[in-house]
Amino acid sequence: MTTAPTPVPSSAAADRDSTRVGGGAGGSRTAPKNPLADRTAPRRRLRPAGGPWLATLPLLVFFAIAFGLPAIAIAIGAFTLSPDAPSGAGSFTTSNMTASVQGAYSTALLGSIKLSALTALIGVLVGLPLAQAVVTSRFRMMREAVLSASGVLANFGGVPLAFAFVATLGNAGELTKQFKLTSHGWSLYTFNGLTIVYLYFLIPLMILTITPALEGLRVQWREAASNNGATNWQYWRHVALPILLPSLLGGYVMLFGSAFAAYATAAAMVGASIPLIPLHIADALSGNVLVGQGNVALALSLDMIVVAAIVMAVYLPLQRRSARWLS
Amino acid sequence: MAQLMSKIRWGRGAVLLIAGAYFLVPMVCSIIFSVDDNTGFSLKAYTGLLGAPGFLDSLTFTLELAAVTVVVMLLLLVPALIAVRLGSQRLRTVIEIVCSLPLVVPVVALTAGIIGVLRWGPDYLHDTPFFQTIVAIQNPSFPVVLVLAYVLMSLPLAYRALDAGLRGVDVRTLVEAARNCGASWPRAVVTVVLPNLRGALLNATFITLALVLGEFTTSSILGYQPFSVWIYEAGKNDGQMSVAVSVLSLVIAWVLLLALSAVGRERRGRKPARP
Repeated sequence: MTTAPTPVPSSAAADRDSTRVGGGAGGSRTAPKNPLADRTAPRRRLRPAGGPWLATLPLLVFFAIAFGLPAIAIAIGAFTLSPDAPSGAGSFTTSNMTASVQGAYSTALLGSIKLSALTALIGVLVGLPLAQAVVTSRFRMMREAVLSASGVLANFGGVPLAFAFVATLGNAGELTKQFKLTSHGWSLYTFNGLTIVYLYFLIPLMILTITPALEGLRVQWREAASNNGATNWQYWRHVALPILLPSLLGGYVMLFGSAFAAYATAAAMVGASIPLIPLHIADALSGNVLVGQGNVALALSLDMIVVAAIVMAVYLPLQRRSARWLS
Repeated sequence: MAQLMSKIRWGRGAVLLIAGAYFLVPMVCSIIFSVDDNTGFSLKAYTGLLGAPGFLDSLTFTLELAAVTVVVMLLLLVPALIAVRLGSQRLRTVIEIVCSLPLVVPVVALTAGIIGVLRWGPDYLHDTPFFQTIVAIQNPSFPVVLVLAYVLMSLPLAYRALDAGLRGVDVRTLVEAARNCGASWPRAVVTVVLPNLRGALLNATFITLALVLGEFTTSSILGYQPFSVWIYEAGKNDGQMSVAVSVLSLVIAWVLLLALSAVGRERRGRKPARP
């Protein structure tokens, strides 16, 4: 969005653009001749006819099937009575939605939001200097080892991660036994414990997300800044961070989404002792609800989607604003 | 200046050291935990592994899913992203929205939706060919429905990785140059654009691979048994073995990804450094 030198507003303009390029391309051969010859001569077009649509169509079709259908199922299901309801299955109702924002469900929703917002913030703040240290490292081997390890850990965030932390900081974990942490009031199966575990996959995710942007920072910018007498701090404050801001915001949103949606870690580690919304949905999907409330799972899913959508809605204008500074 | 540089180097060293400790401690503790019998050192959590029922099956199942997912993801995303870099602004916005939307739908919610769709099969579509399709994509030996879900989940991550790479490369100029030199279309993309995107392509592959290898939510709720679900099930009976497998799965995944990055490095070595 930011690097394109001349945004092309319409396909007609794009065509003109490509013709211009094509003319320049074959310039030495075709241009001096009759302009009409241009039509018959093999033109070097910037892109093949219909190329953009042809290249993007598979993605759009896939998206319509894999994303559209489940989305429709959620939208319909959240507002209709469950198939297992005693009467009136399939008819319109808002009872699923009201049930999904009351009592235990509302506690779980707030718990999930709080956990995600906090862990994503810490993840961004810690991940940025770490990624910078890795990117500028002289040792390529270490760089690649860290990046691939990040790739693993960012999604190691699942069952294996939960077991690793139970073995480390759980009630019978090695560190817990070694330092008698339980007597100091430590427990892994709390909000704080879960925060530590979540950071274990969120920080690597941040490193993976921000590394390409950090690699895009040109050495010349730093040199120019220091030639003008800027300190390291001034370089970061006035040059690097403003450039990185869209990527950082994008990273925060991605981390929030990842933490908000994380299910496996919590499921394998704490069971239901911490109220989190994904656990409730999985519970409802496997039938652990009152008869006739099967569609509450879909209503809860809609709640999650709404929260995630609000976050995106906050993020997009911010990102557009910072993108303006870049161009 | 030299003083400043050395200060930066020290700062970097400290950052890496602290981070290294944070990330290594749980791994080391897990290894100790898995070999620490009450009586002393014992490797039985590891030696019993290969004989454990379902271990190899779930592992190959997961690797197959991962390979197919990565290929499908790249085939869908790479042409689309290169095309919109060259093409219209409007189409680029569409693709950006399409690739960001899965972020709005958490995996658990997506799974709930998938279950809803699959339920349409027996409920409404019994006499139509769609019913056969719905049955076919749930084939237990290779559930296409999981691949669909995995590719969708990987879209935002892979898109960001690829887009960040494309942002640093002036695709338009590269393609113009290649075309002006007489390269055909496929050649311009494959030999000029893609090599410049190698880092981004590897990144996208990394993320997708790791995502599939660790995926638990969808597969467990839909009732399939890839590696992560198997670990969870095994953990119910034998805590030590599940920790052992967790460590092993980390190592397996890491080695796999390191090998992938080694492939990338080899390619890089064959060509002269780009300016």
